[in-house]
Amino acid sequence: MKAPRFAYIRPESLDEVLELLAEHGDEARILAGGQSLMPTLNMRLSRPRLLIDINRIEELRGISFDNGTVRIGALARHGEVMDSPIVAEHLPMIAEAMPHVAHVAIRNRGTFGGSIALADPAAELPACAVALGAEFVLASTRGRRNVAARSFFNGLYETERGDDEILVETRIPAIASGYRSSFMELARRHGDFALAGVCCHAKVDGTVLSDVRLAYFGSEDRPRFADAASSAAEGEAWSEDVKEAVKTALGDDLDPIGNFHASAATRLHLARVLTGRAIDRMVDAS
Amino acid sequence: MEEFADITVTVNGEKIGKRVEARQHLVDFLRIELGLTGSHLGCEHGVCGACTVRVDGSIVRGCLMLAIQADGADVWTIEGLSDAGEIEDLQEAFIARNALQCGYCTPGMLLTSAEMLEAGRKMSRAEIREFLSGNYCRCTGYHAIVDAVETVMESRFGG
Repeated sequence: MKAPRFAYIRPESLDEVLELLAEHGDEARILAGGQSLMPTLNMRLSRPRLLIDINRIEELRGISFDNGTVRIGALARHGEVMDSPIVAEHLPMIAEAMPHVAHVAIRNRGTFGGSIALADPAAELPACAVALGAEFVLASTRGRRNVAARSFFNGLYETERGDDEILVETRIPAIASGYRSSFMELARRHGDFALAGVCCHAKVDGTVLSDVRLAYFGSEDRPRFADAASSAAEGEAWSEDVKEAVKTALGDDLDPIGNFHASAATRLHLARVLTGRAIDRMVDAS
Repeated sequence: MEEFADITVTVNGEKIGKRVEARQHLVDFLRIELGLTGSHLGCEHGVCGACTVRVDGSIVRGCLMLAIQADGADVWTIEGLSDAGEIEDLQEAFIARNALQCGYCTPGMLLTSAEMLEAGRKMSRAEIREFLSGNYCRCTGYHAIVDAVETVMESRFGG
């Protein structure tokens, strides 16, 4: 279908964007890569009065590393993140996740910030951010604030971001010495939405896991940090018994939403299998 | 605030000035305003890849970008790539391998394959499939398309 009518403005500075958001709030939508917004417009699921195109705002671009933290600008394209030597070195989980994010033509336009701010429950990057303890920087005319990834996602497409705020950048701690990351996803077609996905991060000493962080996507209405499963692996030497304990504990963390792609039971089963494989691989690699 | 704007865009090497409606996406602009009907619309929500065009050197979903956003951009469609001869060998390989039947997905397949060839190296069949995974074909079953791309990689980048 064709998009409904809307007005369009392409500000040249972030201040201008903040003024527009303060004035128009929920009546406006921020247009970044447009790879999710445009389909909702074409299907008329959304009828904003105004699109604020942020694509020419230089300060929202770029990926940099400083003092143990990687900064990913909201406008960094998925393709840039995928090819970034900084991400490859300091955020191996994200590097591993990127090929699963949509398809080439979409990665050329879609942005890191857009994926975070949209909060699609089947998306890879929100769950990676949760597992890695990322922080999101939000800006408005009222000022700036940082929100931890684990308290940012409130539900289906719902986040802590106010209508007058824009996500400016994501700050992610670089992987520390002795730590390993692992990312696994199942989808019907490569690049399509996940049926199940896991992000693992832990310190691995021989086979002993500590500071274990497991986060899931494609399960329920938001990325889910798995407290019980993470605790079940904490301080343990990885073994078939521990693997079974982690898989069992995962049942307390996840309450998957079934649909015609896969039932709730199937999704939980797949998440369990992926978890075992992902931690196997982390331990094997160390 | 405007629902229309004047844009200047270079399409297939030719600079064009037009007044466009904000809500018009790039492929409708190419097809309706410029008569370049080689770029197709399948799903119009970013799933099928029939609308693939090249913008500032990279392929994009033409249905997921507004024409107004192409202001100042360099856009190439199947018409331009054909005329420029850039993908002549690829087009010949598609014909030789029967890599199309109805042809609806073909312009998108060719644009995506052209970007794959820009990597300048041979890829495995699995890599080719992964690169093409954003483009649907309902006729061929894909094998013939992978064959065609593989053939061109072999002839361009040697054995």
